[in-house]
Amino acid sequence: MRIETAPRAPSPLAHHFDDIQQQHEAGELGMWLFLCTEIMFFGGLFLAYTIYRTQDEAAFAAASHELDLFWGTVNTAVLLTSSLTMALAAHAAESFQRKQLLALLAATMVLGCVFIGIKGMEYHHKYIHGLMPLMGLPFEWHGASSGHAEMFFDLYFLMTGVHALHMLIGLGVLLALLVKANRGGLQGDFAAPVRITGLYWHFVDIVWVFLFPLLYLIGAR
Amino acid sequence: MPSPSTAGAVSNRTPKRDYLSAGYTVRSWLLTTDHKRIAILYLLSITLFFVIGGLAATVVRLDLMTPQADLVETETFNKLFTAHGVIMVFFFLIPSIPAVLGNFIVPLMLGARDLAFPRLNLLSWYVYVLGGLFTVYALLAGGVDTGWTFYAPYSSTYSNTYVMATAVGIFITGFSSILTGLNFIVTIHKMRAPGLTWFRLPLFIWSIYATSIIMVLGTPVLAISLFLVGMERLLGIGIFDPRLGGDPILFQHLFWFYSHPAVYIMILPSMGVVSEIIPCFCRKRPFGYSFIGFSSFAIAVFSFLVWGHHLFVSGQSIYAGMVFSILSYLVAIPSAVKVFNWTASLHKGSISFETPMLYALGFVGLFTMGGLTGLFVAALAVDVHVHDTYFIVAHFHYIMVGGAVMGYLGGIHFWWPKMTGRLYPEGWARFSAILIFVGFNLTFFPQYILGYLGMPRRYHVYPEEFQVLNVMSSAGASILGLGYFFPLTYLIWSLMYGKIASPNPWRAAGLEWQTTSPPPTDNFAETPVVVDEAYDYQHIDGVSPAGGAT
Repeated sequence: MRIETAPRAPSPLAHHFDDIQQQHEAGELGMWLFLCTEIMFFGGLFLAYTIYRTQDEAAFAAASHELDLFWGTVNTAVLLTSSLTMALAAHAAESFQRKQLLALLAATMVLGCVFIGIKGMEYHHKYIHGLMPLMGLPFEWHGASSGHAEMFFDLYFLMTGVHALHMLIGLGVLLALLVKANRGGLQGDFAAPVRITGLYWHFVDIVWVFLFPLLYLIGAR
Repeated sequence: MPSPSTAGAVSNRTPKRDYLSAGYTVRSWLLTTDHKRIAILYLLSITLFFVIGGLAATVVRLDLMTPQADLVETETFNKLFTAHGVIMVFFFLIPSIPAVLGNFIVPLMLGARDLAFPRLNLLSWYVYVLGGLFTVYALLAGGVDTGWTFYAPYSSTYSNTYVMATAVGIFITGFSSILTGLNFIVTIHKMRAPGLTWFRLPLFIWSIYATSIIMVLGTPVLAISLFLVGMERLLGIGIFDPRLGGDPILFQHLFWFYSHPAVYIMILPSMGVVSEIIPCFCRKRPFGYSFIGFSSFAIAVFSFLVWGHHLFVSGQSIYAGMVFSILSYLVAIPSAVKVFNWTASLHKGSISFETPMLYALGFVGLFTMGGLTGLFVAALAVDVHVHDTYFIVAHFHYIMVGGAVMGYLGGIHFWWPKMTGRLYPEGWARFSAILIFVGFNLTFFPQYILGYLGMPRRYHVYPEEFQVLNVMSSAGASILGLGYFFPLTYLIWSLMYGKIASPNPWRAAGLEWQTTSPPPTDNFAETPVVVDEAYDYQHIDGVSPAGGAT
């Protein structure tokens, strides 16, 4: 096995595939299937949201008023822009523009971090105002039907929390890609991993596209 | 499908390295990405869990020999049946056929060199082991007493046992199941050998595909349910807690949305195994190939629409109950299609009763019993009477043990020569298969009667008039235990002293029999080309009447 002397770039084709196209198709199908599992996972949360919102829509609307619409909108814009940079990164990888790829991956990561930062700021805001009914913290609700309002904030923290966790995982994968691309280790097969990571990143974005109206906009201001 | 001329060439196996002799170090096993070695890793670990789960059941059955609570404390009893359920369901039955036989056989049947994602495959085993460690920790630290169903609010609020560690263990193990299913679907779509069209696939592949769909779509829902239980215990987010405005019934909905399909994760692969064994030992193509294939998908689809039949007495609306009842009846149709097709396959076949065939026939009988009593409990009114009694326990053991485990053991025996290159001792194996069949029926048939008479499940003490039936059940369990002990012994024995297996000892159809036993690391010397249907037994027997492809 160690007979080869000339150091050659490792072939991007894994031994068990017949050709590179088969390998790419397998990778993409795998990611799509994984996204199906993610839909089912988030589906449980959306189901719980639907059930408790239909029990008391007014309380959910009132609780929704307490969320910061401005920062929520900013975050939506930030995340959608990160999807754009991610798509451009995939394009750059396909056309072998390494510098552009590095810049775009970095931009995606920065936007992702900005999103997490703003989210953290919002969480802190809720904590100060007594709207974080977690771990026995006091829940100070002065309106009607405090129970359902509390459920709204429970769901708010659950859903955005799980979403943020997915963002963090995405950021980790992007970092790994960035390091690898920086070392030039993606020779010959730049595009596939970037494209597949992109699928995941866009999915996490789309989840937010559903979360934003369900959590921030139902107050019908 | 196999052509005898190539089979003659591969039987000369001395110069080739097979997957077992590719490396002998621990490292070469723990870092392997070879699907066959990963299957062996799974085989060892699920066998370990089977023994642990079996020991828990042994103590339960011993204790139930008398009406009083005399062998263990009542709390221990609760922990024992919980441990039995959790381990057998999540750590043995669900991974059993997919992760062991599926991992080993699927790429071989497809003529592929490996699964699509070999490293994910290895990761899935590590994930499984990690989840297992959490659960074993929970058991050693003091156990968990919620039953394997973790019903809230007991699990989320009241139980003082190691619910979190167990839930985390199951949550983690779920990912192993997801990765396995995902890997199979991609492999079946993208890596079939040239000429291997969908309708030339072995029926085992159809079953595994249907199973994988359930794994991929169902397991995440279990994950989110357990996640929410965990969040309730850790953060006080009361999704299921009535005091916090939550609804405990929602947990039951979410839990059974996974856990009912999970029953089909256990039974569908067994059906696939039986669909391989029966044609081989009656030397005939299966009757109604496409019906058997498509009924697997029908079962997978229906499986997601029947969860409400677990909630007939939980306060679910009566109209929902009626719909779920009808939908549950619908599952009987594809199941019966399979049973009738297997039976019809035997017609005018030249049947022989080797061990795998004994298990397969046992499967058909026991599965029919389990399935028919499933209709009893799917009927709204009858279910009110038998809900949470031993009737339910007997019903699902006929499916999960009489069905899934019989299929698993049949498959292990059928593919043992391929996996190890050795033949198991046929006499002992037949004896054990019969012992298991007898022991199984003696264990669980009395439980039908017990349940119908009104003995609730999970009870530690019971009225004296139930003792005779309970003693019968425990006696049967000891025979069953002996029946499981024999294969464990003689299969290990056969690794050293078993006869060397030829590439195709059963003269079976299927690409996996066209390579050496055990197969080389890359499975095939060159990628096979498929030109014919999957079960062309008349052709195999016609070309070489004696000796076949060996």
